[in-house]
Amino acid sequence: MPWRLLRFALAQKHPEPRMFTRHDELKSAYDVVIIGAGGHGLAAAYYLARDHGITNVCVLEKGYIGGGNTGRNTTIIRSNYLTPEGVKFYDESVRLWQDLSQDFDLNLFYSNRGHFTLAHTDAAMRTSRWRAEVNKHYGIESEVVGPDFVKKAAPMIDLSCGGHAPIMGGLYHAPGAVARHDAVAWGYGRGADMRGVEIHQRTEVTGIDVVGGKVTGVQTSRGRIATNKVLCAVAGSTPRILKMIDVRTPLYIHPLQAMVSEPVKPWLDPILVSGSLHIYISQSSRGELVMGASLDPYEVHSTRSTLDFPEGLSAHMLDMFPFLSNVKVMRQWAGMADMTPDFAPIMGKTPVEGFYLDAGWGTWGFKATPVCGKTMSWTVANDRNHELITGFTLDRFRDYALTGEKGAASVGH
Amino acid sequence: MRLPPKQGEWIDRNHPLRFRFEGRDYDGCAGDTIASALAANGVKVLGRSFKYHRPRGLMSVANHDVNAVMQWGGMPNVRADATPLVAGMDLTAVNTFGGVDKDKARILGWFSRFLPVGFYYKAFHSKRLFPLWEKMFRMTTGLGKVDFATPHLRTPKRYGFCDVLVIGAGTSGLSAALAAAEQGADVAIVDENAKPGGSTHGASELVARVVAHPRVRVITDTYAAGYYTDHWVPLIERGRMTKMRARAVVVASGGYEQPAVFRNNDLPGIMLASGAQRLIRRWSVKPAQRIVLLAANADAYLAAEDFLAAGIEIAAVVDLRDVVPEAQKSALAARRIPVHAGDCILEAIPTADGNSVASVRTKSGEITCDGVFVSVGWAPAAPLLYQAGTKMRYDDSVHQFVPEKLPDGAFACGRVNGIHTARSLDGERAGSAAAAHCGFGVDRAIFVPAETESPTHPWPIVAHPQGKNFLDFDEDLQVADLENAIQEGFDNIELMKRYSTVGMGPSQGKHSNMNALRVLARCTGSTPGEVGTTTARPFFHPVPMSHLAGRGFAPERRTPMHARHEAAGAVWMSAGVWQRPEYYAVSGQSRLDCIRGEADAVRNGVGLIDVGTLGKLEIRGPQAAEFLERVYISKYAGLKVGMTRYAVMCDESGVVIDDGVVARLAEDHFYFTTTTSGAALIYRELSRWNTIWKLDCGIVNLTGAMAAMNLAGPKAKAVLAGLTDVDLSLPYLAVREGMVCGVSARLMRVGFVGEWGVEIHVPFEHGAAVWDALMAAGKSAGIRPFGVEAQRLLRLEKGHIIIGQDTDGLTTPGEAALDWAVKLDKPFFVGQRSLQAIARKPRRQQLVGFMLPAEHTAEAPKECHLVIEDGEIAGRVTSIAWSPSLSRYIGLAYVRSDMATADRKFHIRLTGGTLVAARVAKTPFYDPENLRQKESA
Ligand SMILES: Cc1cc2nc3c(=O)[nH]c(=O)nc-3n(C[C@H](O)[C@H](O)[C@H](O)COP(=O)(O)OP(=O)(O)OC[C@H]3O[C@@H](n4cnc5c(N)ncnc54)[C@H](O)[C@@H]3O)c2cc1C
Repeated sequence: MPWRLLRFALAQKHPEPRMFTRHDELKSAYDVVIIGAGGHGLAAAYYLARDHGITNVCVLEKGYIGGGNTGRNTTIIRSNYLTPEGVKFYDESVRLWQDLSQDFDLNLFYSNRGHFTLAHTDAAMRTSRWRAEVNKHYGIESEVVGPDFVKKAAPMIDLSCGGHAPIMGGLYHAPGAVARHDAVAWGYGRGADMRGVEIHQRTEVTGIDVVGGKVTGVQTSRGRIATNKVLCAVAGSTPRILKMIDVRTPLYIHPLQAMVSEPVKPWLDPILVSGSLHIYISQSSRGELVMGASLDPYEVHSTRSTLDFPEGLSAHMLDMFPFLSNVKVMRQWAGMADMTPDFAPIMGKTPVEGFYLDAGWGTWGFKATPVCGKTMSWTVANDRNHELITGFTLDRFRDYALTGEKGAASVGH
Repeated sequence: MRLPPKQGEWIDRNHPLRFRFEGRDYDGCAGDTIASALAANGVKVLGRSFKYHRPRGLMSVANHDVNAVMQWGGMPNVRADATPLVAGMDLTAVNTFGGVDKDKARILGWFSRFLPVGFYYKAFHSKRLFPLWEKMFRMTTGLGKVDFATPHLRTPKRYGFCDVLVIGAGTSGLSAALAAAEQGADVAIVDENAKPGGSTHGASELVARVVAHPRVRVITDTYAAGYYTDHWVPLIERGRMTKMRARAVVVASGGYEQPAVFRNNDLPGIMLASGAQRLIRRWSVKPAQRIVLLAANADAYLAAEDFLAAGIEIAAVVDLRDVVPEAQKSALAARRIPVHAGDCILEAIPTADGNSVASVRTKSGEITCDGVFVSVGWAPAAPLLYQAGTKMRYDDSVHQFVPEKLPDGAFACGRVNGIHTARSLDGERAGSAAAAHCGFGVDRAIFVPAETESPTHPWPIVAHPQGKNFLDFDEDLQVADLENAIQEGFDNIELMKRYSTVGMGPSQGKHSNMNALRVLARCTGSTPGEVGTTTARPFFHPVPMSHLAGRGFAPERRTPMHARHEAAGAVWMSAGVWQRPEYYAVSGQSRLDCIRGEADAVRNGVGLIDVGTLGKLEIRGPQAAEFLERVYISKYAGLKVGMTRYAVMCDESGVVIDDGVVARLAEDHFYFTTTTSGAALIYRELSRWNTIWKLDCGIVNLTGAMAAMNLAGPKAKAVLAGLTDVDLSLPYLAVREGMVCGVSARLMRVGFVGEWGVEIHVPFEHGAAVWDALMAAGKSAGIRPFGVEAQRLLRLEKGHIIIGQDTDGLTTPGEAALDWAVKLDKPFFVGQRSLQAIARKPRRQQLVGFMLPAEHTAEAPKECHLVIEDGEIAGRVTSIAWSPSLSRYIGLAYVRSDMATADRKFHIRLTGGTLVAARVAKTPFYDPENLRQKESA
């Protein structure tokens, strides 16, 4: 039992202050307004205050802290991407992740479990090799492995997948990890709050004032705020915000669903992803099996669940792990994934001066939370795109300079 | 203890069943659940709690008793209160360390002061030590164990249809079913219990009328697991899932009786009054000898009659209300049973072994007992209503959430609707309305009187300085845990849930959400209505993966020549949903030798490959040519009848997505192919365009209707000559319709593998016969069937690309060396605008042919090895093979455009880091003038 828990036993009254100060009033002006108290918005607020000394900042959240995709995601963290831009960016994120619990003094359950992208076809093996080669080039642990290696890490797996999609091998990424998603938002939120940032929950942005191509203020459900800088970090709601300033992007919104089983005694250590079966699985520290699949195939701006999702996912899961037949699925849910044509994000400055965008995080943005906070706060503070995000700017669609992450991003998150 | 037999009990005493729990043998009866049988045997402790490992017994006996969850052989998390007893069951409690009685982990209870809400966020996070702590956490977490020996269970699924689906066969549901059926609707009524009747436990006249009604299907032992869009409800029974599509749904799912919160309220022996009633009425089990009844509503006094009838002594009634209506308590008063109004249980005191309740302390004193039955109120069983999209509001008159606005076609009645007294009438109202919604009869718009007294107490919670007043039994949360979470700023319902984990356990908050939101409302000075609820998501009860998975079909497509390939020794590979021969095994030869042998046959004799998996589409109509002009990057309007042309398709961003061959059979009639993997997708995409553009043409997908094979090699023409009426002097790229082996066929002169060749397309049913005839005719010429691998090698020698292998999700035609195919001067085609923009920019990369030095014998590069220039990534290999025709390694690779000059030397890095030198080479590598494919040998 760690000593730091002792004070709880000794105290008369629960010796913990509020993590987030309650602010009853909005101020009439802020230096920076951040839309969205997901992980990304809060991380940007945290680094703005901590690294750039900008604390007259408010984060506006229409619901509650972490209630968007941050609190719905399956928390896979990895850096074995396909493009040099992606690999460098996510690698920096993984580096930040590793110290985050200590930085926050909050246990994020950052759990290094190892990550497999299983290949069932020649083509998937080729993509694995491509990724491994690019990853190693940038110093990231990543290698193509054979079926024996997979079997050793997950001895109970049916390598033949019921006989119709035998596993030929895959890509192994030792640093692959999971973390407790809500705690990430809370940790950034608390850290920002402690440094003077105001977080306003249940406050919806309804309009953005632009005069002569420059941001001058934000309209909210609780009144207007004057500001010259707005950072938009609203994932699945991005198109609605961009409509307010008439900026066009190729973003489209598809639902992404996930489900968990009842808790069972831990038996699965690594994170397993199968591109061919379109499924992935990890086991949480509560013993729940966290399972997901690919995007719903159509555009829908809603978080409804569908029945065919757990049906298809379970069918494929049992191909790989037939013995889960009696394990029960407890809950399913969905988030709205903001997808881009090249499976890379859209970050940085926009045609509207003072309006900064952090979007296009689709099915893969949780892992990027720390590095997004770092680079977006820098970009907002300096009014210049941080060098790590120059491959992700909105211009690339106009300029046909896409950053193709499809091969590494689609199911793998 | 088992009560004497009585009418209507659910057990069959003539069928004793022996079973084992925690190493001890017991007897139960057919019709028992595990829990009722154990209760009949006087077993009180059925499990240990999740966090503090406290002894726990039965609480709801309604499929929510998450603390009575067991391991049955390989089956984890079996709910004892809802699982029928089976002879020979060998059960243990889950997640104990040394058995349910002696669980060593109960020591955690002593440390509870060190383990405040969210304690695991507050410690254990030193970077060095976390992995160790985590190992420990993972040892203590989780409930049952999965058994790796469990076979893949293949559980059937089916579809169901009805006009009105009624969920819940209690009083209100049965009345609804009857009313709807009488108006003419086809009704299905489903209940998770073994018998209909709800709190009447199956013994009413109403049940008999519903069961007998010809238009009602009564489905028991089955639960509605979710409520999806358009009244789509999965019904889960043992061994099957029925996906029910209803035209209207009446949710009559009742209420969850709610626990009261006081110190030690989790001791075995303390249970919900409705749970005790179930044990008595259904299974004739007497759960206690002498009880205290904790009451706050009329239901408690009705239940008291059951308890007395079962011979249970009621030591006292402790009623939370200041005034107990005379009518409710008079019967008890007559029996001299004390009723303490305005009182509460401050704490329960355990027996010496801690395994049961020994007494309770109330404001007025201490009362000994071996059971406490609680009836203080209800929460609506509303998850399905929420999932359907119902807007709920908090009704102060009944202290619960009730539907405010139901979605079209959804109805609610009974307790879930806030009607606790006139349930039957409310059911009739909903049933009539639901039938009318489906067009049967008229909505009778029955008036249902509101409750005169709230059946639910607004604050059944008692503070205690020493805590252990449990609010969430799944997650072992005490009142202070929630108060502390709120103090830490988690002061809205969703954040409180996520931080404290209230409602996140296997029962998904059915017994904790209501009290949790009361605590939150009180701490934040708001009302329960303002606090609101968390989002209810599927499933209502957890659903086994085998039910969801179903029988697990893995559909596979085979061409008509499948058996021929099999007989010829095909080694199969999957190509999307298709099975294709990778190569044909020859005994005594290696895989590589076989492939090279097949390739050699094509180069020097004749070979035959099944290409029936290609997508095969046909388009007809005056604007067919116009349509093709728009979807492919080349021109087809000028294509002569009787000729074919290579065809590349791009998406709107100018990325290559497919290729094939377009053949013009008539002015207004084209036949064209797509890649194997693209077939379904491209047909869908083209149909979409055709819908948008409304051109005067129609597309038909003939992929499954046509067989196709490619006969190629210098001797191919001679082999075919005797079998067809088509003049084989047809020029390269021509298409002809004619007879082959007596079957009408389309012949296309193609050159993919680089020899004289013809693709023969015939109706599916004739594929095998034509194949046989060709093989027979080619026998003397040494014909060999060849597989995908040999074809890949042969096309590589010709420098032809394979979409998907030599292109990726961003490749433009120019990068893939297909500039010649792009006709930017057309009025329009999909991707044109992007390609125009791209054309103005410097090209990033270029696909080139390359060769390794002829003398290279060391390890060769593999596909996707990187091209390295000055230490930086400058491209990658997409195809590579040893070419028998050139006696050296050849390949295709992307390189930086400035490197794409003839003979340019570059390096490829192998996995181990070795650099291999290569040179850019012109393609085709083999027969650069393409003479062989054009001429006949
Ligand atoms: C099911 C699922 C699984 C996933 N799995 C993974 C994974 O394994 N690994 C991974 O890296 N990524 C994963 N993702 C993606 C990841 O969750 C997201 O990319 C990431 O969380 C985005 O964070 P965010 O802070 O940008 O957005 P969010 O967390 O969505 O936060 C945006 C916030 O903005 C608020 N908002 C919206 N509009 C307004 C407005 N007008 N005014 C005020 N506030 C507003 C929203 O309420 C929300 O709280 C997954 C996503 C889903 C849905």
